[in-house]
Amino acid sequence: MIPEALAGKRIALTGATGFLGTALVEKLLRSVPECELVLLVRPGRRGAAERIRREVLRNDAFDRLRESLGADGFAAATTQRLSAVAADVSADGLGCDAEGQELLAGCDIVVHAAAAVAFDNPFDLAVETNLLGPIRLVELLADIGATPHLVSVSTAYVAGNRRGFAPEELLAESHFAVAVDWRAEAASARRSRDAIEDESRTPERLDEFAGEAAAELGAAGTAALSAKREQIRSRWVRSRLVEVGRARSASLGFPDAYGLTKALAEAALTETRGAVPLTIVRPSIIESALAEPFPGWIRGFRMAEPIIISYARGLLQDFPGTPEGTLDVIPVDHVAAAVCAVAADGPAADGQPRVVQVASSEVNPFRFEDLHDWSHAWFCENPVYDERNQPISPPRWSYPSRKRVQNSLERARRALETGEKVLSTLPIRGEKAGVAADFAEKRTQVERALSYVDLYSSYVECQATFGIGELLALHDALPPEDRASFNFDPRRIDWHRYLTEIHLPSVIAQGRLKTAPAARAGADRDTRRRAAVLSPQRHMAAFDLENTLVASNVVASWGWLATKRMPTAERARLVARTFAEVPKLLDLDRADRSDFLRYFYRRFAGAPVEQVAEDSFEMFSDLLLRQSFPAAVRRVRHHRALGHRTVLITGALDFVIAPFAPLFDDIVCASLTRTRSGTAYTGQLATVPPTGESRAEALLDYASREGISLAESVAYADSTSDLPMLEAVGFPVAVNPETKLATLARRRGWLIENFKLAPGGPRKLLPLAEPSVRR
Amino acid sequence: MSPRTASATPRPGFVLEVERSTPPILFHHGEGFRLERLPAGRSRVIYPPSPLEGLPDPSGAIRHALEHPIDSEPLPALLRPGMRLTIAFDDISLPLPPMARPDVRQQVIETVLDMAAAAGVDDVHLIAALALHRRMTEAELRHAVGDRVYDAFAPSRRLYNHDAEDPDGMVLLGTTDHGEEVQISRRAAHSDLVVYVNINLVAMDGGWKSTATGLSGYQGLRHHHNVATMLKSRSFMDQANSELHRSNWRQGAVLAESGPRVFQIETTLNNNSFGTSGSLSMLQKREWEWTARDRATFLAMQGGLSVLSPAARRRAFQSWRAPYALTSVQAGEVSAVHKVTTENVFRQQLVAVEGQTDVLTMGLPYICPYNVNSIMNPILVMCLGLGYFFNLYRGRPLVRPGGAVIMTHPTPWEFHPVHHPSYIDFFEQVLADTTDPAEIEARYELRYATDEWYRHLYRTSYAYHGVHPFYMWYWGAHALSYLGRVIVVGGDRAAVRRMGFAPASSLSDAFEIASDTVGDRPSVTHLHLPPFVMADVS
Repeated sequence: MIPEALAGKRIALTGATGFLGTALVEKLLRSVPECELVLLVRPGRRGAAERIRREVLRNDAFDRLRESLGADGFAAATTQRLSAVAADVSADGLGCDAEGQELLAGCDIVVHAAAAVAFDNPFDLAVETNLLGPIRLVELLADIGATPHLVSVSTAYVAGNRRGFAPEELLAESHFAVAVDWRAEAASARRSRDAIEDESRTPERLDEFAGEAAAELGAAGTAALSAKREQIRSRWVRSRLVEVGRARSASLGFPDAYGLTKALAEAALTETRGAVPLTIVRPSIIESALAEPFPGWIRGFRMAEPIIISYARGLLQDFPGTPEGTLDVIPVDHVAAAVCAVAADGPAADGQPRVVQVASSEVNPFRFEDLHDWSHAWFCENPVYDERNQPISPPRWSYPSRKRVQNSLERARRALETGEKVLSTLPIRGEKAGVAADFAEKRTQVERALSYVDLYSSYVECQATFGIGELLALHDALPPEDRASFNFDPRRIDWHRYLTEIHLPSVIAQGRLKTAPAARAGADRDTRRRAAVLSPQRHMAAFDLENTLVASNVVASWGWLATKRMPTAERARLVARTFAEVPKLLDLDRADRSDFLRYFYRRFAGAPVEQVAEDSFEMFSDLLLRQSFPAAVRRVRHHRALGHRTVLITGALDFVIAPFAPLFDDIVCASLTRTRSGTAYTGQLATVPPTGESRAEALLDYASREGISLAESVAYADSTSDLPMLEAVGFPVAVNPETKLATLARRRGWLIENFKLAPGGPRKLLPLAEPSVRR
Repeated sequence: MSPRTASATPRPGFVLEVERSTPPILFHHGEGFRLERLPAGRSRVIYPPSPLEGLPDPSGAIRHALEHPIDSEPLPALLRPGMRLTIAFDDISLPLPPMARPDVRQQVIETVLDMAAAAGVDDVHLIAALALHRRMTEAELRHAVGDRVYDAFAPSRRLYNHDAEDPDGMVLLGTTDHGEEVQISRRAAHSDLVVYVNINLVAMDGGWKSTATGLSGYQGLRHHHNVATMLKSRSFMDQANSELHRSNWRQGAVLAESGPRVFQIETTLNNNSFGTSGSLSMLQKREWEWTARDRATFLAMQGGLSVLSPAARRRAFQSWRAPYALTSVQAGEVSAVHKVTTENVFRQQLVAVEGQTDVLTMGLPYICPYNVNSIMNPILVMCLGLGYFFNLYRGRPLVRPGGAVIMTHPTPWEFHPVHHPSYIDFFEQVLADTTDPAEIEARYELRYATDEWYRHLYRTSYAYHGVHPFYMWYWGAHALSYLGRVIVVGGDRAAVRRMGFAPASSLSDAFEIASDTVGDRPSVTHLHLPPFVMADVS
């Protein structure tokens, strides 16, 4: 009897916060009432005990136990039977303190379930966790002189890409195995990290990252660009390390670094375990629970979930694989039960490492074609709905070769990328720029599909059959009571029922997919975001001027003011001169907004103060109001009516925006110094104009001076050069965004407003003042 | 003294009974036209009288009117050195379309200024009496008063637009026995003499409305520019039955008692809006009298208009200057002058019509008082149709109670961002909520009327006052409560629906839609204007 065999035992467990770990903790607490558990978890910020409480015990896996014991009973049982030890498998000696070591020393059984399970981890991370983690564990056991039964959870896929039968034997004994020195692999992985980190800091690479950052953000200011460049750099390092892992794994016949590092770990453990008795448990692909703690229980997103969800959303139009191939899936409660049985059964009597595989393909294969057909039928019955409340029809897969799927996805990706590039060079805004954002979104989806195909197709193409003789022998030796409460017999799984009644509903619920059309059509995302922006709780609404309130710019207002009192012939010359300068001005503006303003505003040198002030009011009607967005003006007034502080923050000059003063509580803008007599402008800026980063700073200054919380504030702007300001507030709004900002805003879930000019309003071809009537 | 009037008798107005042989009838349709066949045997068309002959010597007539006023001493006798003289004049909303140079205001003002100069009056201000309308631009002022007057007075800031929101610029003269406050421009109030220069286009203009409304502000206007007054004015074009008229006259009485002396100069123009010859002359002819040349010109014009962009079409129409002629000028005491003026207006516009009709049709032109050099937005379409045109009756409305009005106008969802900012918000916020005038008045008026931003735009830019769109909506209140259906043919569907009207794509569709209120074979009356016509319904 398993509960009796484990009664009074102290069992240590790594990886308790993981999927299998949580299932094990729950199973042992519930079904083995008299064992004690020592959970080794990374302490994190809150400490090991608190992490256990928050990240393990609060999981819905424990609802069943909590219900049967009552809240108090549950608290008492866990306090009494669980102890937490701060330990990190990627640190030498696991970073255990003396107390932890003592607890560990008193353990009869150690279950090692900690792993970096993602298939696309950087190689060095996979090596540190999956390969060196268990080594560090046995070294620590040796140091403290403990020899508990070590049950190490590995994976059936240590068999690599082999076809045919994969028995429950040590890899060294298998005639497929390639002998590789695990120490050399570990050392090489660490060196790869160093080399790639170094390479990422070479001037050439840094230039490349700078280029990418600029292409994504435009003139967003030093701070934003530096952050973006560093983000791109570390992403690059990561992806290179993933690539290194994939390449090395492929060269040794493994689908990915996970399988390779686990295989190396088995070899290393066998070699370094010393006197520690070892059992290796190799589950195949672990999926949601068949029955315990409740059918469909799942933690986090497992291997198949992203694929299922992408399929349901219609994003994976096709997938490689062999229809008659099997997908070796095993429910998590089977694995947990099998680990309990292994622990209760003890190590092999001969002291040799024991291998137990927990898999289904040998006795009850789950055919890939069945998975697809049943899923297709199920999603036809239970469709997922898109943003427009339309049911998505699931695609039918034709199982082409991997290469073909990859090629077609790659072609789509390249086409979208080109489209995006072309669009980003066009001077488009607002809804049209939204097309670029659509492209970017589609490209991301295609890239994701591509990565799924890269990552997962070897699993669905895998034609290995994992032998489970040991597992069945263990099962068949159990008394009937144990067979009932520790079910790990894959022969009894009804895959159709499991998929359609347990797994798919659970995945759809976990993925929060829309399974019914939204009840209220009006309550879409934009409406919700707008309501948040216009909530009375907000403190302040900051507005940019150009292209946010008015479709005009500093060049236009200068042109108007300059031509206001100019004879016709001179006007023509001025227009010609300004046109000739446009490319230079654009370049300057693209590079740095405040340099541009500094340069451009020199044109106001000598402008008479009084006359400019008077003309500016005429310009307000003749140029700015004509070019204004009524909905934007209404929005400012709406914020004001809600009691929000409204602030105009712009690089435009004070006299230009003076007529807008009654619209705002405050205006932060640029101003020019005056000549000694005070009657004319010098053309020099009095202070740094509030654009780009200095705009964010001006906003920060303003907010701290006025005691306003930026987290509770809204900012409206149109371009990535306003990114620092948008990022500084809790509620950014992109107004008529240019393509880069449109893409960014979409990705970040910001509200996008497309404010339009008054329909049918009079337009000006050139921003010039009307020639004066004869005097 | 009786004023000089033109002697020749023009062709009077006419009510045509539509028969099978009647050619299609011209409907104005914004910046365009439609030719529509009206159902034979049950339709009639009301045509305005032909243009009256103009006075042979306008400047002589003006001088004569000033020297021989009604119930007043001659103007020269009222002028003396050292006095403070204010000349107020009607704004851009009159006449419609704007008249070709020289504007009659220029002719009158020049004569008044000559007399003032002769009398040695130095302190003269000229004020565009625009109440809560938008300010006139330099070009518009020059057109109204002439370059000579503009250049002499504007640079020294003695010619300017009335500013009803100037905190220092307005005074309260008193309150009528009905509790109506009388508010007027401070400069006018503190003048020794106010000379008001009026153009009387329709019967509601002029009289005490010139000063009591034109030089007033929200505080004074709200007492008659409201839903209750409009519902009691049947119609506001008919002074005897207009509560609007009575209220203005009550305010006028206070003005006469406690305000400055007012010397009223009123003028009437003939209805020669489109010329008796020339490219648009067929617009004021009766269709069966169109010559082959008229037909060809009309077709060419329709063709030309169809290829123009909306903006170009608007520019083309807005540049039209009407060759009006002065038909009468009278000066002196306000009420007495206005009585004569009204007779002259009626002489040009009144047509006797027998009985009411089930359906009233009208073609709305490109212009109304509030979109000169601007855009006729949907609210103005409503105001022109249900406010002005519907009310062009004396006696009884042309259409029976619960009947239908069918108007043709493209009603684009378009607004002038400078001239009509509060209209945009009114359309987007107020009308999206309710179209009921009383509810709109109760819930929204004060907020718009006292809004700082609208006030700022009214004072410093060229915007109608924040409350102005409300008045436009109230103007139609009587029609809205009286009619069973309002249908707009050829209008922007969303814009038409926003106002609570039914959109129709053709006139026959409109009759189909109207059939639920007026049946299958309704009687139809078409009000053929502009040029202006006023129905005297028995």
